[in-house]
Amino acid sequence: MTDLFSKFDALIAQREGLLATGVKDPFSLVMEEVKSPTVAVVNGKETILLGTYNYMGMTFDDDVIAAGKQALDEFGAGTTGSRVLNGTFQGHKECEDALKEFYGMDHAMVFSTGYQANLGIISTIAGKGDYIILDIDSHASIYDGCKMGDAEIVAFRHNDVEALEKRLKRLPADAGKLVVLEGVYSMLGDVAPLKEMIRVSKEAGAMILVDEAHSMGFIGENGRGVAEEQGVLDDVDFVIGTFSKSVGTVGGFCVSNHPKFEIMRLVCRPYVFTASLPPSVVACSAASIRKLMHNSNKRAHLWENSKNLHQGLRDLGFQLGTPNAQSAIIAVIMPDLEKGAAMWAALLENGLYVNLARPPATPAGMTLLRCSLCAEHSSEQVADILDRFARAGKAVGII
Amino acid sequence: MTDRSEMFDRLKGLIAPFNKKGVDVSETTTFAGDLEWDSLTVMDFVAEVEDSFDIIISMNLQAEIENVGQLVDAVTKLTAA
Repeated sequence: MTDLFSKFDALIAQREGLLATGVKDPFSLVMEEVKSPTVAVVNGKETILLGTYNYMGMTFDDDVIAAGKQALDEFGAGTTGSRVLNGTFQGHKECEDALKEFYGMDHAMVFSTGYQANLGIISTIAGKGDYIILDIDSHASIYDGCKMGDAEIVAFRHNDVEALEKRLKRLPADAGKLVVLEGVYSMLGDVAPLKEMIRVSKEAGAMILVDEAHSMGFIGENGRGVAEEQGVLDDVDFVIGTFSKSVGTVGGFCVSNHPKFEIMRLVCRPYVFTASLPPSVVACSAASIRKLMHNSNKRAHLWENSKNLHQGLRDLGFQLGTPNAQSAIIAVIMPDLEKGAAMWAALLENGLYVNLARPPATPAGMTLLRCSLCAEHSSEQVADILDRFARAGKAVGII
Repeated sequence: MTDRSEMFDRLKGLIAPFNKKGVDVSETTTFAGDLEWDSLTVMDFVAEVEDSFDIIISMNLQAEIENVGQLVDAVTKLTAA
């Protein structure tokens, strides 16, 4: 018998090798208690959270929690059904109404996760004979959406407008084309030149999908994301987003002004063939989205945190993924996986949690310590974070 | 067969700057196995070939190309179209 698991042997050996050096397994961490959007108990120790994408700190918002509790009482624990059968409750409609208002768009469709939103929309709208043109550093959910569909996939170099334009011009003029972009790329926290990319895409007759997962809630005047910030939201055909970051719950969505958009509810398999979100989750999400519309003070504080952390880490001598703070993600580049894992463990020892990101999730084979800031991090916490980075960095010998 | 050997020579020329191991390139040379290219190198090389011949090599097609000979066939077909 051929063991189907033998294909994982190299990864198993790499993992065992890493653990043999004495570091704790970075991928099996347990949050024993969660005290606030910025503090949890890990390994019995109070730990500052700096790797949760909880950008706006809505997870413990009083109004959000109250809405969820009420829905739990009134509508029960779950829907036990698909959105197109018995799984659309009042709360799902209210959540979609909140999204339409938040983005000022005609249609909104809520999925059970952000991953499924990308998987469903991309695989469904681009079919056989159509082309999907995507940034090489796109998120796994975008690639998986491509793999699930029947379109031809064309990749271009990360954030390279000229490379995108050249490839668009080489495609058949009359073929259907979908350009897939992200507002903020989550590995390095860099922002896309959406304005130029959308211009060349429109000139080539392509439709445009932008994933704003890491920008919703705090980039752009109304928190609608990078496309809003760059003044091109009206030219975007589909915005994909998630509830598991700024909104503070779980779920995904697509908003659009396309006049035929509602047909997606019948043809999009990752929407149809899965159970809908529980009533408490959509109630929390709707309450959170409505609060995010009016949050300019929190947004300003989040930007301040991000800029201070970026400057502070640079002053300490760390190598960062972007020359300036472009989003609420600050990526610290590690020399290799072993040093990265050691640094990650040393930070945790010092009571600080960040994400350890490594290939193949990262671009260019990099090992990263990814920090995501929260609007609820106090200025004192940011100073404390820098202090812990300094101590761990010296202990591991990175700075 | 001169057309084919011309195409092979042209592609071999494009492979050269990425051939860090100095592998002797033939039609049966594989990109992942012999040249030991990672995904990033593959992307840079594909972009180079695309721009040189003014073609698109989709990711669907890339998945089917494992060695240099297959690339010669694919580029010949794409430039003939």
